Amino acid sequence: MTALLEVDGISRSFSGLRAVQDVSFSVAQGQIAALIGPNGAGKTTCFNVIAGVHRPDAGQVRFSGQRIDGWRPDRICRAGIGRTFQLVKPFAGLSVLDNVVIGALNACPGVRAAREKAGEILEQLGLAAKSRQAAASLTLPDRKRLEVARALATGPRLLLLDEVMAGLRPTETDHMVALLRELNARLGLTILLIEHVMRAVMALSAHVVVLHHGQVIAAGPPHEVTHNPAVLECYLGAEAV
Amino acid sequence: MIARLIEDVPRRGLPLLGALLLALVAAPLAAGDYLLTVLILILYFAYVGQAWNIMMGFAGQLSLGHALYVGLGAYAAAALYVHFGISPWIGLWAAMLVSAAAGAIIGFLAFRFGVAGVYFAILTIAFAEFARIGFDHWGWLGGSAGFFLPVANYARNDLLSLRGSPTMFYYVMLGMTAAAFIICHVLMRSRVGYYWLAIRESPEAAQALGIDIFRYKMVAVVLSAAMTSLGGVLFAFYYNNLFPEQVFHISRSIELILGPIIGGVGTLFGPIVGAFLLTALSETLREAMAAIGIDVPGVKQVFYGVCLLAVVMFLPDGVWPALSARLGLGPGARGEGSR
Repeated sequence: MTALLEVDGISRSFSGLRAVQDVSFSVAQGQIAALIGPNGAGKTTCFNVIAGVHRPDAGQVRFSGQRIDGWRPDRICRAGIGRTFQLVKPFAGLSVLDNVVIGALNACPGVRAAREKAGEILEQLGLAAKSRQAAASLTLPDRKRLEVARALATGPRLLLLDEVMAGLRPTETDHMVALLRELNARLGLTILLIEHVMRAVMALSAHVVVLHHGQVIAAGPPHEVTHNPAVLECYLGAEAV
Repeated sequence: MIARLIEDVPRRGLPLLGALLLALVAAPLAAGDYLLTVLILILYFAYVGQAWNIMMGFAGQLSLGHALYVGLGAYAAAALYVHFGISPWIGLWAAMLVSAAAGAIIGFLAFRFGVAGVYFAILTIAFAEFARIGFDHWGWLGGSAGFFLPVANYARNDLLSLRGSPTMFYYVMLGMTAAAFIICHVLMRSRVGYYWLAIRESPEAAQALGIDIFRYKMVAVVLSAAMTSLGGVLFAFYYNNLFPEQVFHISRSIELILGPIIGGVGTLFGPIVGAFLLTALSETLREAMAAIGIDVPGVKQVFYGVCLLAVVMFLPDGVWPALSARLGLGPGARGEGSR
Protein backbone atom coordinates (compact mmCIF):
# COMPACT_ATOMS: atom_id res chain seq x y z
CA MET A 1 0.00 0.00 0.00
CA THR A 2 1.27 3.44 -0.86
CA ALA A 3 0.67 6.40 1.38
CA LEU A 4 -1.83 8.96 0.12
CA LEU A 5 -1.21 11.35 2.98
CA GLU A 6 2.13 11.70 4.73
CA VAL A 7 2.49 13.93 7.76
CA ASP A 8 6.18 14.26 8.44
CA GLY A 9 7.40 15.82 11.67
CA ILE A 10 4.98 18.74 11.81
CA SER A 11 5.06 21.21 14.68
CA ARG A 12 2.84 24.20 15.30
CA SER A 13 2.76 26.64 18.21
CA PHE A 14 0.25 29.29 19.15
CA SER A 15 1.86 32.18 21.02
CA GLY A 16 4.26 29.90 22.86
CA LEU A 17 1.88 26.99 23.35
CA ARG A 18 3.06 23.95 21.43
CA ALA A 19 -0.18 22.53 20.09
CA VAL A 20 1.48 19.95 17.87
CA GLN A 21 5.07 18.80 18.24
CA ASP A 22 6.97 16.68 15.74
CA VAL A 23 3.96 14.63 14.69
CA SER A 24 4.40 12.04 11.96
CA PHE A 25 1.95 9.52 10.57
CA SER A 26 0.65 8.44 7.23
CA VAL A 27 -2.62 7.28 5.77
CA ALA A 28 -2.53 4.66 3.03
CA GLN A 29 -4.51 4.95 -0.16
CA GLY A 30 -8.00 3.53 0.42
CA GLN A 31 -7.55 3.27 4.19
CA ILE A 32 -9.77 4.53 6.99
CA ALA A 33 -7.60 5.92 9.78
CA ALA A 34 -8.49 7.60 13.06
CA LEU A 35 -6.82 10.30 15.09
CA ILE A 36 -7.77 10.00 18.77
CA GLY A 37 -6.69 11.50 22.04
CA PRO A 38 -7.92 13.58 24.95
CA ASN A 39 -9.25 17.12 24.52
CA GLY A 40 -6.48 19.56 23.75
CA ALA A 41 -4.17 16.86 22.40
CA GLY A 42 -3.74 18.73 19.11
CA LYS A 43 -6.01 16.68 16.86
CA THR A 44 -7.85 19.60 15.29
CA THR A 45 -4.60 21.54 14.93
CA CYS A 46 -3.23 18.58 12.98
CA PHE A 47 -6.30 18.72 10.72
CA ASN A 48 -5.94 22.44 10.24
CA VAL A 49 -2.32 22.03 9.24
CA ILE A 50 -3.22 19.31 6.73
CA ALA A 51 -6.16 21.36 5.35
CA GLY A 52 -4.05 24.51 5.00
CA VAL A 53 -5.69 26.65 7.68
CA HIS A 54 -2.39 26.74 9.58
CA ARG A 55 1.09 26.66 8.12
CA PRO A 56 3.32 24.27 10.12
CA ASP A 57 6.28 25.84 11.95
CA ALA A 58 8.30 22.80 10.94
CA GLY A 59 7.77 19.59 9.02
CA GLN A 60 6.05 18.63 5.80
CA VAL A 61 2.68 17.44 4.63
CA ARG A 62 2.61 15.41 1.42
CA PHE A 63 -0.48 14.40 -0.49
CA SER A 64 -0.03 11.92 -3.32
CA GLY A 65 3.69 12.50 -2.99
CA GLN A 66 3.35 16.27 -3.48
CA ARG A 67 4.18 18.77 -0.76
CA ILE A 68 1.05 20.73 0.21
CA ASP A 69 2.07 22.43 3.47
CA GLY A 70 1.72 26.18 3.12
CA TRP A 71 -0.92 25.93 0.39
CA ARG A 72 -4.16 27.84 0.86
CA PRO A 73 -7.20 25.78 2.00
CA ASP A 74 -9.05 26.24 -1.31
CA ARG A 75 -6.09 24.93 -3.27
CA ILE A 76 -5.81 21.92 -0.97
CA CYS A 77 -9.51 21.23 -1.46
CA ARG A 78 -9.13 21.43 -5.23
CA ALA A 79 -6.18 19.03 -4.95
CA GLY A 80 -8.57 16.47 -3.47
CA ILE A 81 -8.84 16.87 0.31
CA GLY A 82 -12.30 17.55 1.70
CA ARG A 83 -12.79 18.48 5.34
CA THR A 84 -15.54 19.08 7.88
CA PHE A 85 -15.40 21.47 10.80
CA GLN A 86 -15.75 20.31 14.38
CA LEU A 87 -17.68 23.49 15.12
CA VAL A 88 -20.01 23.19 12.16
CA LYS A 89 -20.04 26.09 9.71
CA PRO A 90 -23.15 25.73 7.58
CA PHE A 91 -24.14 28.49 5.16
CA ALA A 92 -26.98 29.27 7.54
CA GLY A 93 -29.04 31.54 5.31
CA LEU A 94 -29.04 29.14 2.36
CA SER A 95 -31.06 26.00 1.80
CA VAL A 96 -29.59 22.59 2.62
CA LEU A 97 -29.47 21.82 -1.10
CA ASP A 98 -27.62 25.04 -1.97
CA ASN A 99 -25.09 24.30 0.78
CA VAL A 100 -24.20 21.05 -0.93
CA VAL A 101 -24.43 22.51 -4.45
CA ILE A 102 -21.66 24.93 -3.48
CA GLY A 103 -19.47 22.01 -2.49
CA ALA A 104 -20.37 20.08 -5.63
CA LEU A 105 -19.36 23.00 -7.87
CA ASN A 106 -15.77 22.10 -6.97
CA ALA A 107 -16.15 18.82 -8.82
CA CYS A 108 -18.78 19.66 -11.47
CA PRO A 109 -18.48 21.68 -14.67
CA GLY A 110 -21.74 23.56 -14.18
CA VAL A 111 -24.58 24.41 -11.82
CA ARG A 112 -26.97 21.88 -13.34
CA ALA A 113 -24.57 18.97 -12.82
CA ALA A 114 -23.74 20.23 -9.33
CA ARG A 115 -27.43 20.29 -8.38
CA GLU A 116 -27.82 16.70 -9.53
CA LYS A 117 -24.77 15.54 -7.63
CA ALA A 118 -25.89 17.43 -4.53
CA GLY A 119 -29.29 15.76 -4.72
CA GLU A 120 -27.69 12.32 -4.81
CA ILE A 121 -25.44 13.05 -1.86
CA LEU A 122 -28.32 14.42 0.22
CA GLU A 123 -30.19 11.21 -0.56
CA GLN A 124 -27.24 9.12 0.67
CA LEU A 125 -27.01 11.08 3.92
CA GLY A 126 -30.73 10.98 4.59
CA LEU A 127 -31.16 14.73 4.21
CA ALA A 128 -33.15 14.69 0.98
CA ALA A 129 -36.45 15.47 2.71
CA LYS A 130 -34.90 18.58 4.23
CA SER A 131 -33.15 19.85 1.11
CA ARG A 132 -35.34 22.95 0.77
CA GLN A 133 -35.08 23.96 4.42
CA ALA A 134 -32.74 26.72 5.50
CA ALA A 135 -29.56 25.20 6.94
CA ALA A 136 -30.08 27.37 10.04
CA SER A 137 -33.20 25.35 10.87
CA LEU A 138 -31.36 22.02 11.12
CA THR A 139 -30.69 20.21 14.41
CA LEU A 140 -27.07 19.61 15.41
CA PRO A 141 -26.92 15.98 14.19
CA ASP A 142 -28.33 17.12 10.84
CA ARG A 143 -25.79 19.93 10.67
CA LYS A 144 -23.06 17.34 11.19
CA ARG A 145 -24.50 15.35 8.32
CA LEU A 146 -24.62 18.49 6.21
CA GLU A 147 -20.92 19.05 6.93
CA VAL A 148 -20.18 15.56 5.65
CA ALA A 149 -22.45 16.03 2.62
CA ARG A 150 -20.79 19.30 1.66
CA ALA A 151 -17.26 17.94 2.03
CA LEU A 152 -18.19 14.80 0.13
CA ALA A 153 -19.70 16.87 -2.67
CA THR A 154 -16.32 18.45 -3.43
CA GLY A 155 -15.30 15.06 -4.82
CA PRO A 156 -12.33 14.41 -2.49
CA ARG A 157 -9.85 11.54 -2.61
CA LEU A 158 -9.17 12.07 1.08
CA LEU A 159 -11.92 13.05 3.50
CA LEU A 160 -11.01 14.64 6.85
CA LEU A 161 -13.85 14.23 9.33
CA ASP A 162 -13.62 16.18 12.59
CA GLU A 163 -15.92 14.61 15.19
CA VAL A 164 -18.89 14.07 12.93
CA MET A 165 -20.35 11.39 15.21
CA ALA A 166 -20.51 13.62 18.28
CA GLY A 167 -24.12 14.18 19.28
CA LEU A 168 -25.48 11.37 17.11
CA ARG A 169 -27.60 8.63 18.67
CA PRO A 170 -26.14 5.09 18.56
CA THR A 171 -28.37 4.08 15.63
CA GLU A 172 -27.40 7.26 13.78
CA THR A 173 -23.76 6.52 14.50
CA ASP A 174 -24.19 3.05 13.01
CA HIS A 175 -25.83 4.58 9.95
CA MET A 176 -22.94 7.01 9.48
CA VAL A 177 -20.42 4.20 9.99
CA ALA A 178 -22.18 2.12 7.34
CA LEU A 179 -22.22 5.06 4.93
CA LEU A 180 -18.51 5.81 5.38
CA ARG A 181 -17.69 2.13 4.94
CA GLU A 182 -19.69 2.04 1.74
CA LEU A 183 -18.01 5.16 0.36
CA ASN A 184 -14.66 3.68 1.24
CA ALA A 185 -15.45 0.37 -0.42
CA ARG A 186 -17.31 1.68 -3.47
CA LEU A 187 -15.30 4.79 -4.34
CA GLY A 188 -12.05 3.85 -2.71
CA LEU A 189 -12.35 7.01 -0.64
CA THR A 190 -9.57 7.42 1.90
CA ILE A 191 -10.80 8.74 5.25
CA LEU A 192 -9.03 10.27 8.24
CA LEU A 193 -11.28 10.90 11.19
CA ILE A 194 -10.97 12.59 14.53
CA GLU A 195 -13.38 10.85 16.82
CA HIS A 196 -14.24 10.39 20.48
CA VAL A 197 -16.97 7.84 19.83
CA MET A 198 -14.90 4.66 20.25
CA ARG A 199 -17.75 2.57 18.89
CA ALA A 200 -17.24 4.28 15.53
CA VAL A 201 -13.45 4.26 15.73
CA MET A 202 -13.35 0.52 16.43
CA ALA A 203 -15.88 -0.26 13.72
CA LEU A 204 -14.27 1.82 11.01
CA SER A 205 -10.58 2.27 11.28
CA ALA A 206 -7.77 0.02 10.21
CA HIS A 207 -5.19 2.33 11.72
CA VAL A 208 -5.34 4.50 14.83
CA VAL A 209 -2.98 7.31 15.81
CA VAL A 210 -3.13 8.51 19.42
CA LEU A 211 -2.10 12.06 20.28
CA HIS A 212 -1.36 13.38 23.74
CA HIS A 213 0.01 16.85 24.57
CA GLY A 214 0.68 17.39 20.87
CA GLN A 215 2.75 14.24 20.42
CA VAL A 216 2.06 10.80 18.99
CA ILE A 217 2.11 8.31 21.87
CA ALA A 218 0.86 5.26 20.00
CA ALA A 219 -0.09 4.13 16.53
CA GLY A 220 -1.31 0.86 15.07
CA PRO A 221 -4.35 -1.33 14.56
CA PRO A 222 -7.28 -0.37 16.87
CA HIS A 223 -7.21 -3.46 19.12
CA GLU A 224 -3.49 -3.01 19.77
CA VAL A 225 -3.73 0.68 20.48
CA THR A 226 -6.65 0.29 22.87
CA HIS A 227 -4.60 -2.11 24.98
CA ASN A 228 -1.55 0.11 25.08
CA PRO A 229 -0.96 1.10 28.74
CA ALA A 230 0.03 4.67 27.87
CA VAL A 231 -3.18 5.17 25.91
CA LEU A 232 -5.25 3.66 28.66
CA GLU A 233 -3.75 5.96 31.21
CA CYS A 234 -4.10 9.23 29.38
CA TYR A 235 -7.24 8.75 27.39
CA LEU A 236 -9.45 5.72 27.62
CA GLY A 237 -9.17 5.10 31.34
CA ALA A 238 -8.52 1.75 33.02
CA GLU A 239 -12.18 0.71 32.88
CA ALA A 240 -12.06 0.54 29.09
CA VAL A 241 -10.00 -2.65 29.19
CA MET B 1 -32.21 32.58 -21.74
CA ILE B 2 -35.59 34.28 -21.61
CA ALA B 3 -37.23 30.89 -21.20
CA ARG B 4 -34.96 30.12 -18.26
CA LEU B 5 -35.70 33.48 -16.71
CA ILE B 6 -39.42 32.96 -16.89
CA GLU B 7 -39.32 29.40 -15.65
CA ASP B 8 -37.85 30.64 -12.36
CA VAL B 9 -40.55 33.15 -11.57
CA PRO B 10 -43.42 31.54 -9.71
CA ARG B 11 -46.54 31.33 -11.89
CA ARG B 12 -48.41 33.83 -9.78
CA GLY B 13 -45.61 36.34 -10.14
CA LEU B 14 -45.66 36.42 -13.93
CA PRO B 15 -48.76 38.59 -14.41
CA LEU B 16 -47.48 40.92 -11.69
CA LEU B 17 -44.08 41.25 -13.31
CA GLY B 18 -45.67 41.79 -16.73
CA ALA B 19 -48.03 44.44 -15.38
CA LEU B 20 -45.17 46.25 -13.64
CA LEU B 21 -43.07 46.28 -16.79
CA LEU B 22 -46.00 47.47 -18.91
CA ALA B 23 -46.79 50.21 -16.43
CA LEU B 24 -43.16 51.36 -16.43
CA VAL B 25 -42.96 51.37 -20.23
CA ALA B 26 -46.24 53.28 -20.55
CA ALA B 27 -45.58 55.68 -17.67
CA PRO B 28 -44.20 58.64 -19.70
CA LEU B 29 -47.47 58.76 -21.68
CA ALA B 30 -49.47 59.52 -18.57
CA ALA B 31 -46.93 61.12 -16.28
CA GLY B 32 -46.37 64.86 -16.17
CA ASP B 33 -42.92 66.45 -16.08
CA TYR B 34 -42.69 66.31 -12.33
CA LEU B 35 -43.77 62.70 -11.98
CA LEU B 36 -41.38 61.71 -14.72
CA THR B 37 -38.49 63.34 -12.83
CA VAL B 38 -39.44 61.35 -9.75
CA LEU B 39 -39.61 58.14 -11.78
CA ILE B 40 -36.16 58.77 -13.23
CA LEU B 41 -34.86 59.23 -9.71
CA ILE B 42 -36.53 55.99 -8.62
CA LEU B 43 -35.00 54.06 -11.50
CA TYR B 44 -31.61 55.62 -10.80
CA PHE B 45 -31.72 54.46 -7.17
CA ALA B 46 -33.03 51.05 -8.18
CA TYR B 47 -30.11 50.69 -10.62
CA VAL B 48 -27.28 51.77 -8.33
CA GLY B 49 -28.92 49.89 -5.44
CA GLN B 50 -28.84 46.74 -7.53
CA ALA B 51 -25.16 47.32 -8.32
CA TRP B 52 -24.31 47.87 -4.64
CA ASN B 53 -26.29 44.77 -3.72
CA ILE B 54 -23.87 42.60 -5.72
CA MET B 55 -21.13 43.50 -3.28
CA MET B 56 -23.06 43.56 -0.01
CA GLY B 57 -26.17 41.49 -0.62
CA PHE B 58 -24.51 38.69 -2.54
CA ALA B 59 -20.84 38.67 -1.57
CA GLY B 60 -21.29 40.18 1.91
CA GLN B 61 -18.78 43.02 1.53
CA LEU B 62 -20.12 46.26 2.98
CA SER B 63 -19.28 49.34 0.94
CA LEU B 64 -20.17 52.72 2.40
CA GLY B 65 -18.33 54.58 -0.35
CA HIS B 66 -20.21 53.75 -3.52
CA ALA B 67 -20.51 57.45 -4.31
CA LEU B 68 -16.88 57.06 -5.39
CA TYR B 69 -17.86 54.90 -8.36
CA VAL B 70 -20.84 57.10 -9.26
CA GLY B 71 -18.57 60.13 -9.19
CA LEU B 72 -15.68 58.57 -11.11
CA GLY B 73 -18.10 57.36 -13.79
CA ALA B 74 -19.79 60.74 -13.98
CA TYR B 75 -16.54 62.71 -14.24
CA ALA B 76 -14.89 60.29 -16.68
CA ALA B 77 -17.71 60.34 -19.22
CA ALA B 78 -18.42 64.07 -18.76
CA ALA B 79 -14.76 65.01 -19.16
CA LEU B 80 -14.41 63.00 -22.35
CA TYR B 81 -17.55 64.62 -23.74
CA VAL B 82 -16.79 68.21 -22.74
CA HIS B 83 -13.07 68.26 -23.47
CA PHE B 84 -12.90 65.93 -26.48
CA GLY B 85 -16.46 65.67 -27.77
CA ILE B 86 -16.46 61.91 -27.23
CA SER B 87 -19.92 60.34 -27.12
CA PRO B 88 -21.03 59.07 -23.70
CA TRP B 89 -21.62 55.68 -25.31
CA ILE B 90 -17.86 55.47 -25.72
CA GLY B 91 -17.21 57.40 -22.52
CA LEU B 92 -19.12 54.88 -20.49
CA TRP B 93 -16.44 52.28 -21.21
CA ALA B 94 -13.83 54.66 -19.83
CA ALA B 95 -16.13 55.27 -16.86
CA MET B 96 -16.42 51.56 -16.17
CA LEU B 97 -12.69 51.08 -16.58
CA VAL B 98 -11.79 53.87 -14.15
CA SER B 99 -14.30 52.72 -11.54
CA ALA B 100 -13.38 49.07 -11.91
CA ALA B 101 -9.73 50.02 -11.42
CA ALA B 102 -10.59 51.99 -8.28
CA GLY B 103 -12.64 49.04 -7.02
CA ALA B 104 -9.78 46.68 -7.77
CA ILE B 105 -7.30 48.83 -5.82
CA ILE B 106 -9.59 49.02 -2.78
CA GLY B 107 -10.42 45.33 -3.02
CA PHE B 108 -6.79 44.32 -3.40
CA LEU B 109 -5.67 46.38 -0.40
CA ALA B 110 -8.49 45.09 1.77
CA PHE B 111 -8.63 41.43 0.79
CA ARG B 112 -4.88 40.90 0.50
CA PHE B 113 -4.24 42.31 3.93
CA GLY B 114 -7.27 40.85 5.65
CA VAL B 115 -9.19 44.09 6.15
CA ALA B 116 -12.74 42.88 6.71
CA GLY B 117 -16.11 43.88 8.11
CA VAL B 118 -16.33 47.35 9.59
CA TYR B 119 -12.72 48.13 8.71
CA PHE B 120 -13.40 47.34 5.09
CA ALA B 121 -16.41 49.68 5.17
CA ILE B 122 -14.22 52.44 6.62
CA LEU B 123 -11.68 51.89 3.85
CA THR B 124 -14.40 52.42 1.23
CA ILE B 125 -15.41 55.67 2.92
CA ALA B 126 -11.79 56.80 3.00
CA PHE B 127 -11.37 56.35 -0.75
CA ALA B 128 -14.55 58.26 -1.51
CA GLU B 129 -13.26 61.06 0.70
CA PHE B 130 -9.87 61.04 -1.06
CA ALA B 131 -11.71 61.45 -4.33
CA ARG B 132 -13.91 64.25 -2.99
CA ILE B 133 -10.93 66.25 -1.80
CA GLY B 134 -8.86 65.43 -4.87
CA PHE B 135 -11.53 66.48 -7.35
CA ASP B 136 -12.11 69.67 -5.35
CA HIS B 137 -8.60 70.69 -6.38
CA TRP B 138 -8.55 69.39 -9.92
CA GLY B 139 -8.89 72.50 -12.06
CA TRP B 140 -9.19 70.65 -15.37
CA LEU B 141 -12.48 69.21 -14.09
CA GLY B 142 -13.73 72.49 -12.63
CA GLY B 143 -12.52 71.86 -9.07
CA SER B 144 -14.84 72.87 -6.29
CA ALA B 145 -16.59 75.38 -8.58
CA GLY B 146 -18.16 72.48 -10.44
CA PHE B 147 -17.98 70.90 -13.87
CA PHE B 148 -20.73 71.67 -16.36
CA LEU B 149 -22.03 70.03 -19.48
CA PRO B 150 -23.58 72.20 -22.21
CA VAL B 151 -27.29 72.22 -21.43
CA ALA B 152 -29.38 70.27 -23.90
CA ASN B 153 -31.83 71.62 -26.38
CA TYR B 154 -34.96 69.75 -25.36
CA ALA B 155 -36.57 70.21 -28.80
CA ARG B 156 -34.60 67.32 -30.20
CA ASN B 157 -33.45 64.07 -28.63
CA ASP B 158 -29.87 63.20 -29.41
CA LEU B 159 -29.51 59.71 -28.01
CA LEU B 160 -25.95 59.43 -29.27
CA SER B 161 -24.80 62.33 -27.10
CA LEU B 162 -27.39 61.72 -24.38
CA ARG B 163 -28.77 65.22 -24.90
CA GLY B 164 -32.53 65.37 -24.78
CA SER B 165 -35.79 65.31 -22.90
CA PRO B 166 -36.48 63.63 -19.57
CA THR B 167 -38.53 61.02 -21.48
CA MET B 168 -35.40 59.88 -23.29
CA PHE B 169 -33.47 59.67 -20.02
CA TYR B 170 -36.36 57.78 -18.50
CA TYR B 171 -36.21 55.06 -21.13
CA VAL B 172 -32.43 54.80 -21.00
CA MET B 173 -32.63 54.49 -17.21
CA LEU B 174 -35.42 51.93 -17.46
CA GLY B 175 -33.35 49.86 -19.89
CA MET B 176 -30.36 49.99 -17.55
CA THR B 177 -32.42 49.00 -14.52
CA ALA B 178 -33.97 46.08 -16.38
CA ALA B 179 -30.57 44.99 -17.66
CA ALA B 180 -29.06 45.17 -14.15
CA PHE B 181 -31.92 43.05 -12.86
CA ILE B 182 -31.42 40.41 -15.54
CA ILE B 183 -27.64 40.38 -15.07
CA CYS B 184 -28.02 39.88 -11.31
CA HIS B 185 -30.63 37.19 -11.86
CA VAL B 186 -28.33 35.26 -14.19
CA LEU B 187 -25.33 35.76 -11.89
CA MET B 188 -27.23 34.38 -8.93
CA ARG B 189 -27.90 31.16 -10.80
CA SER B 190 -24.31 30.79 -11.89
CA ARG B 191 -21.19 29.44 -10.22
CA VAL B 192 -20.03 32.90 -9.22
CA GLY B 193 -23.40 33.66 -7.58
CA TYR B 194 -23.23 30.51 -5.48
CA TYR B 195 -19.65 31.31 -4.52
CA TRP B 196 -20.61 34.84 -3.43
CA LEU B 197 -23.36 33.51 -1.19
CA ALA B 198 -20.92 31.01 0.31
CA ILE B 199 -18.40 33.77 1.02
CA ARG B 200 -21.12 35.94 2.54
CA GLU B 201 -22.34 33.14 4.81
CA SER B 202 -18.97 31.77 5.94
CA PRO B 203 -15.66 32.67 4.29
CA GLU B 204 -13.87 29.87 6.15
CA ALA B 205 -16.26 27.18 4.99
CA ALA B 206 -16.25 28.62 1.48
CA GLN B 207 -12.49 28.35 1.33
CA ALA B 208 -12.58 24.79 2.65
CA LEU B 209 -14.88 23.91 -0.26
CA GLY B 210 -12.29 24.98 -2.80
CA ILE B 211 -13.42 28.56 -3.39
CA ASP B 212 -10.70 31.13 -4.03
CA ILE B 213 -12.32 33.77 -1.85
CA PHE B 214 -9.88 36.54 -2.77
CA ARG B 215 -10.63 36.13 -6.44
CA TYR B 216 -14.41 36.02 -6.11
CA LYS B 217 -14.53 38.96 -3.71
CA MET B 218 -12.48 40.90 -6.26
CA VAL B 219 -14.93 39.94 -9.00
CA ALA B 220 -17.81 41.25 -6.87
CA VAL B 221 -16.12 44.58 -6.13
CA VAL B 222 -14.97 45.20 -9.69
CA LEU B 223 -18.33 44.29 -11.20
CA SER B 224 -20.26 46.33 -8.66
CA ALA B 225 -17.99 49.33 -9.23
CA ALA B 226 -18.27 49.12 -13.01
CA MET B 227 -22.05 48.84 -12.92
CA THR B 228 -22.37 51.68 -10.43
CA SER B 229 -20.28 53.95 -12.64
CA LEU B 230 -22.86 53.69 -15.44
CA GLY B 231 -25.35 55.20 -13.03
CA GLY B 232 -22.85 58.04 -12.67
CA VAL B 233 -22.65 58.55 -16.43
CA LEU B 234 -26.41 58.94 -16.63
CA PHE B 235 -26.35 61.20 -13.57
CA ALA B 236 -23.84 63.52 -15.24
CA PHE B 237 -25.68 63.81 -18.54
CA TYR B 238 -29.07 64.17 -16.91
CA TYR B 239 -28.19 66.86 -14.36
CA ASN B 240 -25.46 68.51 -16.49
CA ASN B 241 -23.48 69.61 -13.45
CA LEU B 242 -21.07 67.91 -11.10
CA PHE B 243 -19.75 69.19 -7.79
CA PRO B 244 -17.23 67.06 -5.89
CA GLU B 245 -18.74 68.19 -2.58
CA GLN B 246 -22.03 66.63 -3.65
CA VAL B 247 -21.17 63.75 -5.96
CA PHE B 248 -18.57 62.13 -3.71
CA HIS B 249 -20.18 63.09 -0.42
CA ILE B 250 -20.80 60.30 2.07
CA SER B 251 -24.48 61.23 2.25
CA ARG B 252 -24.74 60.16 -1.40
CA SER B 253 -23.20 56.80 -0.54
CA ILE B 254 -25.68 56.34 2.28
CA GLU B 255 -28.64 57.46 0.19
CA LEU B 256 -27.68 54.89 -2.43
CA ILE B 257 -27.71 51.95 -0.03
CA LEU B 258 -30.94 52.80 1.79
CA GLY B 259 -33.07 51.45 -1.06
CA PRO B 260 -31.66 47.92 -1.02
CA ILE B 261 -31.52 47.87 2.79
CA ILE B 262 -35.16 48.86 3.11
CA GLY B 263 -36.23 46.69 0.18
CA GLY B 264 -34.22 43.65 1.26
CA VAL B 265 -30.45 43.12 1.12
CA GLY B 266 -29.43 40.19 -1.06
CA THR B 267 -32.74 39.94 -2.92
CA LEU B 268 -33.24 40.79 -6.58
CA PHE B 269 -36.40 42.84 -6.09
CA GLY B 270 -35.28 44.50 -2.85
CA PRO B 271 -33.36 47.38 -4.47
CA ILE B 272 -36.29 48.11 -6.80
CA VAL B 273 -38.95 47.96 -4.12
CA GLY B 274 -36.79 50.01 -1.76
CA ALA B 275 -36.13 52.70 -4.37
CA PHE B 276 -39.84 53.00 -5.12
CA LEU B 277 -40.84 53.20 -1.48
CA LEU B 278 -38.16 55.65 -0.35
CA THR B 279 -38.19 58.03 -3.29
CA ALA B 280 -41.94 58.03 -3.78
CA LEU B 281 -42.63 58.57 -0.09
CA SER B 282 -39.98 61.24 0.41
CA GLU B 283 -41.12 63.17 -2.67
CA THR B 284 -44.73 62.94 -1.53
CA LEU B 285 -43.68 64.20 1.86
CA ARG B 286 -41.82 67.10 0.31
CA GLU B 287 -44.79 68.06 -1.83
CA ALA B 288 -47.13 67.80 1.12
CA MET B 289 -44.85 69.99 3.25
CA ALA B 290 -44.60 72.52 0.46
CA ALA B 291 -48.37 72.53 0.04
CA ILE B 292 -48.95 73.46 3.67
CA GLY B 293 -46.14 75.97 3.52
CA ILE B 294 -43.62 74.37 5.85
CA ASP B 295 -39.99 74.51 4.84
CA VAL B 296 -37.74 72.53 7.14
CA PRO B 297 -34.25 71.83 5.83
CA GLY B 298 -33.14 68.26 6.32
CA VAL B 299 -36.62 66.83 6.59
CA LYS B 300 -35.78 64.26 3.90
CA GLN B 301 -32.87 62.92 5.96
CA VAL B 302 -35.06 62.67 9.04
CA PHE B 303 -37.63 60.84 6.98
CA TYR B 304 -35.00 58.38 5.69
CA GLY B 305 -33.96 57.79 9.27
CA VAL B 306 -37.50 57.03 10.36
CA CYS B 307 -38.01 54.63 7.44
CA LEU B 308 -34.79 52.83 8.24
CA LEU B 309 -35.69 52.57 11.90
CA ALA B 310 -39.12 51.17 11.10
CA VAL B 311 -37.73 48.56 8.72
CA VAL B 312 -34.95 47.50 11.09
CA MET B 313 -37.47 47.09 13.91
CA PHE B 314 -40.36 45.45 12.11
CA LEU B 315 -38.94 43.90 8.93
CA PRO B 316 -35.28 43.12 9.62
CA ASP B 317 -34.97 41.26 6.30
CA GLY B 318 -36.43 44.22 4.40
CA VAL B 319 -39.79 44.89 2.79
CA TRP B 320 -39.49 42.55 -0.18
CA PRO B 321 -39.20 39.18 1.65
CA ALA B 322 -42.32 40.01 3.67
CA LEU B 323 -44.13 41.36 0.61
CA SER B 324 -43.28 38.37 -1.57
CA ALA B 325 -44.46 35.97 1.11
CA ARG B 326 -47.72 37.94 1.31
CA LEU B 327 -48.13 37.78 -2.47
CA GLY B 328 -47.52 34.04 -2.38
CA LEU B 329 -44.30 34.34 -4.35
CA GLY B 330 -42.19 32.22 -2.04
CA PRO B 331 -40.02 32.98 0.93
CA GLY B 332 -37.84 35.61 -0.73
CA ALA B 333 -35.11 34.91 1.78
CA ARG B 334 -31.68 36.41 1.26
CA GLY B 335 -30.35 34.90 -1.91
CA GLU B 336 -32.30 31.71 -1.47
CA GLY B 337 -35.81 32.74 -2.45
CA SER B 338 -34.66 34.97 -5.27
CA ARG B 339 -33.25 31.99 -7.06
